[in-house]
Amino acid sequence: MSAVRRIREARAGWAMSSPALAAIALFFVFPAIASLFLSFTDFDIYALANLDNLRFVGFQNYARLIENPLFWKAMTNTLLFVAVGTPFIVALSLFAAMLVNSRWLKWRPLWRVALFAPYVTTLVATAVVWRYLLHTRYGLVNYLLSLIGIPPIDWLGSPNASLPAILIFVGWKTFGYNMIIFLAALQTVPRELDEAARIDGAGWWTRLRHVTLPAIAPTALLVSVLTVAGMFQLFAEPYVMTQGGPAQSTVTILYFMYEEGFKWWNLGSGAAVAFLLFLCILAVTLVQLRLARRGGAI
Amino acid sequence: MQVTRRQITSALAALPLLPMIGSCGAQNGDGLTIWAMGNEAASLPALLKSLDLPAGAQNVTVQPLPWTAAHEKLLTGFAGNALPTIGQVGNSWIAEMAAIGAIEPVPASAHALLDDQFAAVVDTNRIAGQTWAVPWYVDTRLQFYRKDMFARAGYEAPPLDWAGWKAALNRVKAAAGDGNYAVLLPVNEFEQLLTIALSAGARLLRDRNARGAFSDPAFKAALAFYKSLFDEKLAPVVSATQISNIWNEFARGFFSIFTSGPWTIGDMKRRLPAALQDKWGTAPNPGPNGVGSAAPGGSSLVVFAGTKSPDAAWDLVARLLAPSAQLKFHQLTGDLPARRAVWREAGLVSDPVVAPFATQLEHATALPKVPEWERIVTEMQIVAERMVRGQYGIDEAAAEIDRRADRLLEKRRWMLDKGLAL
Amino acid sequence: MSARHWTVTLLAALVALLTIAPLLWMLSVSFMAPGEAAQFPPPLLPADPSLANYRTLFSTFGIGRFLANSILVSTLATILALIFTIPAGYAFAKLRFTGRDATFRLLVAALVVPGQIGMLPLFLELKAMGLVNSYAGALVPWLAGIFGIFLVRQYCLSIPDEMLEAARIDGASEGQILRRIVLPILAPIIVTLALFVFLGSWNDFMWPLIILADQQLYTLPVALAAMSREHVQDNELMMAGAVVTTLPVLILFLALQRFYLTGLLTGSVKG
Repeated sequence: MSAVRRIREARAGWAMSSPALAAIALFFVFPAIASLFLSFTDFDIYALANLDNLRFVGFQNYARLIENPLFWKAMTNTLLFVAVGTPFIVALSLFAAMLVNSRWLKWRPLWRVALFAPYVTTLVATAVVWRYLLHTRYGLVNYLLSLIGIPPIDWLGSPNASLPAILIFVGWKTFGYNMIIFLAALQTVPRELDEAARIDGAGWWTRLRHVTLPAIAPTALLVSVLTVAGMFQLFAEPYVMTQGGPAQSTVTILYFMYEEGFKWWNLGSGAAVAFLLFLCILAVTLVQLRLARRGGAI
Repeated sequence: MQVTRRQITSALAALPLLPMIGSCGAQNGDGLTIWAMGNEAASLPALLKSLDLPAGAQNVTVQPLPWTAAHEKLLTGFAGNALPTIGQVGNSWIAEMAAIGAIEPVPASAHALLDDQFAAVVDTNRIAGQTWAVPWYVDTRLQFYRKDMFARAGYEAPPLDWAGWKAALNRVKAAAGDGNYAVLLPVNEFEQLLTIALSAGARLLRDRNARGAFSDPAFKAALAFYKSLFDEKLAPVVSATQISNIWNEFARGFFSIFTSGPWTIGDMKRRLPAALQDKWGTAPNPGPNGVGSAAPGGSSLVVFAGTKSPDAAWDLVARLLAPSAQLKFHQLTGDLPARRAVWREAGLVSDPVVAPFATQLEHATALPKVPEWERIVTEMQIVAERMVRGQYGIDEAAAEIDRRADRLLEKRRWMLDKGLAL
Repeated sequence: MSARHWTVTLLAALVALLTIAPLLWMLSVSFMAPGEAAQFPPPLLPADPSLANYRTLFSTFGIGRFLANSILVSTLATILALIFTIPAGYAFAKLRFTGRDATFRLLVAALVVPGQIGMLPLFLELKAMGLVNSYAGALVPWLAGIFGIFLVRQYCLSIPDEMLEAARIDGASEGQILRRIVLPILAPIIVTLALFVFLGSWNDFMWPLIILADQQLYTLPVALAAMSREHVQDNELMMAGAVVTTLPVLILFLALQRFYLTGLLTGSVKG
């Protein structure tokens, strides 16, 4: 009886999971692996027209990428986004979370939803909105700056301002998501601990450093892993707001892959970019996971 | 167990549905679709309405593509078998479209449309003995100059031979005063060096367009002339992005010549201060001994391969190229018509600002017709910029451009060997 | 005490206002006359609010078609994702079968791999299947939702085994158990998952941009991106387009935010 039941259960298990597994194998695993193979070929527009024009070229795509200044520009830009954007967004999210978690706050759910709202909006639509907000002459951002005496900034037209401009947008768009995760962690910090430190005369900053931050360190790590992964995947933001310009200052690695693959149809070279992107994300994630394990988190 | 199976079946049943969802919309039934770009796409509906298409003719739909995304849309359309019937294609993309078999050659019945056109433009669309597209509107690049600055230097217009031209630039620079230059050649734009090279008669590529010919004496002469303009401080070493507002700089005399196309005429009228409106003009490019050359530009109309009714498609192309339609098209867009009869009819030959474009188009030279050209010329400029900044000598720069071009053409050579390339 | 309440709440209100200001501004400008927003200082409210921009969008730009496309694609993506992931998530949590744990570990590891890695081969694969430039091509990535399986599994783990065992003893088949016992319990997480997929596919940009060549098939974000390149100067019109694109998902989120936020926390605490 029980053996029959077990066989039935196993059959049902496979039957229920196989459609999803088949889809994952067909549309996710297979293309990901195929990407590696594609990166060793010279698949281009000619090969798309006629497969006779396809050759195996070994590491040539990688070698040429390394020589390509635009690839390095995209790499540097992406790393800049990661290096500047991650601390900025994590700090912003933590600030918002602490504000919403404050025991003196009234109507908490209202503020929580308001701060989260940008995250669910359509990226392309809000990128269009921000393109106008950041307009040099008529933009609201420069208007607010002018009120405190800062001269207009050519946010999307100057190679020095374009990256901060996109980061402001990305920060606005995503901090709500991280805030929710921080909020959940903050709620596990015992109020008594904080209270005790306060009675001992510890100031706001001391309590943040010695009580709150240690308690939420694992979460901070999780949030930074997610943010780094997000920074590596910026595409629609430069596509809509700057088209990679000015002077290629906002070409990200994914934008470069898109142009290589779907604008110039060098699929072989594009696949090599994709694979390098994957290695970057993997490396960063592994480093962060190792840090997490050492810290005893997750 | 039955329910589980039903669950699975319903999931799997959804899979065959996919191609069905796929099929709806891929082809939108009867009617012709035209893909067009920017300004031209915006004016096409009005133009089509003015054509008086015969009763019973197919419905024509215009799908606009942004210029910045047009190239990738054409190729995605090809990859996805989603190309429409007719398309506006930039002349520099024709070689690529023909090489991958995306477009039909122009049939003999439509060859009459190519008469009365600028030879260099038609030549651009001739590949492997066949014409692949009908030029629709034309453009090219020539000099925009400050008449008042040249007058101050003692000239009515820029001389058309290199030696005289350079002498004039020296005097213009002197007249413009300290800190100013004579000509703007942004070091990140390839068009200026390319114009000089074409004027010098450089062939650019050799061996069935499978290798670079940048070490030819003609191209080296062009490189030397280009470099001397920077070395003699006639042109500032700047890239286009460093010039924040080209109109302001032109107006204040930072430079008195720059190279651009007919689209700039409207900008000049709009953006230059009123006091300068009668103080600028256009002139053909200089060459080693008289009028120089330029690359012909503009867009052509193509009929995509595998279309169901090529006859109807070519009929519509013919109607769009009719002189009356070309005139209307010029009025709607300001584009320069491909057919020369229309130039006279529209009064363009007597327009002092536009007429030099006709002269220049008569002295234009078709660029190498290989899909790799755009990337080659980009590499050419990267090397040329380094040469201007002192990293390469002229011979070294020429060799380096050849090396890069040969690498980009490696696949073409392999395909030529196998008989796979046009 | 009360002063503190007010300070903190006021600060929160200020931050919240700054956060939603871009969205309010988008709404406000969408009602302005053409050219009205291009002034200094930028006007905050329309002088003479009108729906003219929306009328232009629907009559001249055919945004109704793109709206319908987006609704169709997102609805189908949601239905398909639920059909594929719920049984799988349940099976991974509660049914013992050979290879289950190994497969699941592989899936969790695959979560690190961004979908963009396989985009180029996936395009070629779909080209071979004839699905390029079709809704089906746009839907395909949503079938392979590892995250959904993960989410459902997490939730299923809390279902007591005794409950399922009792049903088995009563003679229920595994399918009946899934349908009659498990699905009702899963209701909240199903709403969450549906919401995630719907919003995700609605907002998705890169893949539809690549796979859809024909304008007739464009979803709203793709159409809006194309329009905004061509009509940069039509500020007010583009704001109306942004409103049409983003308002449906914003309303959906506000109506179902409880499900969304709890789901987000379940999902983010990775195994």
